[in-house]
Amino acid sequence: MAEVLVLVEASTAGGSPAVKKVTLELLTMARELGTPAAVVLGAPGTAAALTERLGEYGAAKVYAAENADIDGHLVAPKATVLAELVKRVQPAAVLLPSTQEGKEIAGRLAVKLDSGLLTDAVSVDADGVATQVVFAGSTIVKSKVTRGLPIVTVRPNSLTPTPAPATPAVEEVQVELSGSDRLTTVVERKVEAKGARPELTEASIVVSGGRGVGSADNFKLVEEFADLLGAAVGASRAATDSGFYPHQFQVGQTGKTVSPQLYIALGISGAIQHRAGMQTSKTIVAVNKDAEAPMFELADFGVVGDLFKVVPQAIEEIRKRK
Amino acid sequence: MRIVVLVKQVPDSGSDRNLRSDDNTVDRASANNVINEMDEYAIEEALRIKEAHGGEVVVLTMGPEKASESIRKALSMGPDSAVHVTDEALHGSCALATSKVLAAALSQLSPDLVLCGAESTDGRVQVMPHMIAERLGVAALTGARKLTVDGSTLTVERQTDEGYEVITAATPAVVSVWDTINEPRYPSFKGIMEAKKKKVETRSLADLGVAPTEVGSAGASSTVLEHGKRPPRQGGNKVADSGDGGVKLVEFLVSEKFV
Repeated sequence: MAEVLVLVEASTAGGSPAVKKVTLELLTMARELGTPAAVVLGAPGTAAALTERLGEYGAAKVYAAENADIDGHLVAPKATVLAELVKRVQPAAVLLPSTQEGKEIAGRLAVKLDSGLLTDAVSVDADGVATQVVFAGSTIVKSKVTRGLPIVTVRPNSLTPTPAPATPAVEEVQVELSGSDRLTTVVERKVEAKGARPELTEASIVVSGGRGVGSADNFKLVEEFADLLGAAVGASRAATDSGFYPHQFQVGQTGKTVSPQLYIALGISGAIQHRAGMQTSKTIVAVNKDAEAPMFELADFGVVGDLFKVVPQAIEEIRKRK
Repeated sequence: MRIVVLVKQVPDSGSDRNLRSDDNTVDRASANNVINEMDEYAIEEALRIKEAHGGEVVVLTMGPEKASESIRKALSMGPDSAVHVTDEALHGSCALATSKVLAAALSQLSPDLVLCGAESTDGRVQVMPHMIAERLGVAALTGARKLTVDGSTLTVERQTDEGYEVITAATPAVVSVWDTINEPRYPSFKGIMEAKKKKVETRSLADLGVAPTEVGSAGASSTVLEHGKRPPRQGGNKVADSGDGGVKLVEFLVSEKFV
């Protein structure tokens, strides 16, 4: 069986690199399409920290390209290495996470290989047909690459990763980088505090606050509820624009698209802008004062009431049950 | 500084959007078409750079005849002129082909800086800035929430999942922006009147030296096989809080095994 290359995305927020959940999802998906081979692109030492975890989810091989240029310059070096690897390995497909950087690498790779690209897939079948959910979750599309190698970016939380232990062979990859790979330099990486909470796009549960939360200070209640559920915290555009919560946590058309098992919307009316980012969540719960809020049209369970009464009571009730 | 802003006309995300049943492309004829919202932030950023450093702002749009409405709208914010790439053969172009056409148009305009929105609200593909940069062999600084211009040095705060990265490159470069970067101005009455007289040049594929077979449905690198409306979500149980709303909410979470 041909190899399926999976671009590994790692988080360094905790200090040492850790495999992101979306990578485990991609490995799980790759097993259905061929022999999964993980590609680690980063600073020296990255692959060593990740290989064991990649093996647990079925990576038969780990290609490791590690040098300071890959880490120190934006996107272009990664696409160059990946393109060289594709030419060498002749894989059946390349799977990348549908994150900002994953898509950007995929875009450059598509140009380099003159291959078709499909973004934001939620599944890919054995024939390479990808399913995408578009137009704010209203339309389902099935599409296929018709030229070159299928390059597919897959949305986080599209499937449940399952372990399939393998002992990956680690292969060092050396690729000559050129001046055009080093045009954009990364001067600094700043991690902004999010504590121990899971990553927004990867979380199984997301608790989001909107205009109804009323202030930055009041968002502590949203955070408290989220932490009790082991959830990530999100916010509507109204909340981020009002400065209640940082922009990188914005869920919606101009922010993140999330698809958790459970989405709890607190004080969010449910404008199309917001719905675009959370409509494919498995279960939706809404709390809002306004009984006519469009969010209730989506919610599997809704409470019409004051979130400052409902949420503290819910927190207390969960603590009691625990 | 010569700045080109990429502006795309998209179906309004606030109204019903559809794919056509005949050729599976975005239905632009029946849609309420508007400027892609994120592009307004790119226009604003370009105008601010021009105001601070001098230069010229040119709008570049690829799209059907109808897109000229959005070009006039863009010009009413303040850019100097526009180039409209339009050709019937472009209908159904994939991202790869689109980037080829835009790169060809940009080569003719030879800007110092290309500004664009981080993504469009219709495709949300997010690849265009890097595809164009790859084709032109110039730097890409994407996902900007802040852009600083110092001579020929560009410095960007790039929004990431975990915070932000500070990235830097020399011009010429492509910079894509999020809506966190600024607050776009509203066109003034004067701006709207002036926009009507501003120069809008059209370019065909022949003008750009791109063969019709390389673009559109004929040259597409991927194809939509089928599409359909997702069944709308059905609202479930809605209870009014009569003092036990929080408890009821937890009971629901327990019944669904989330607690």
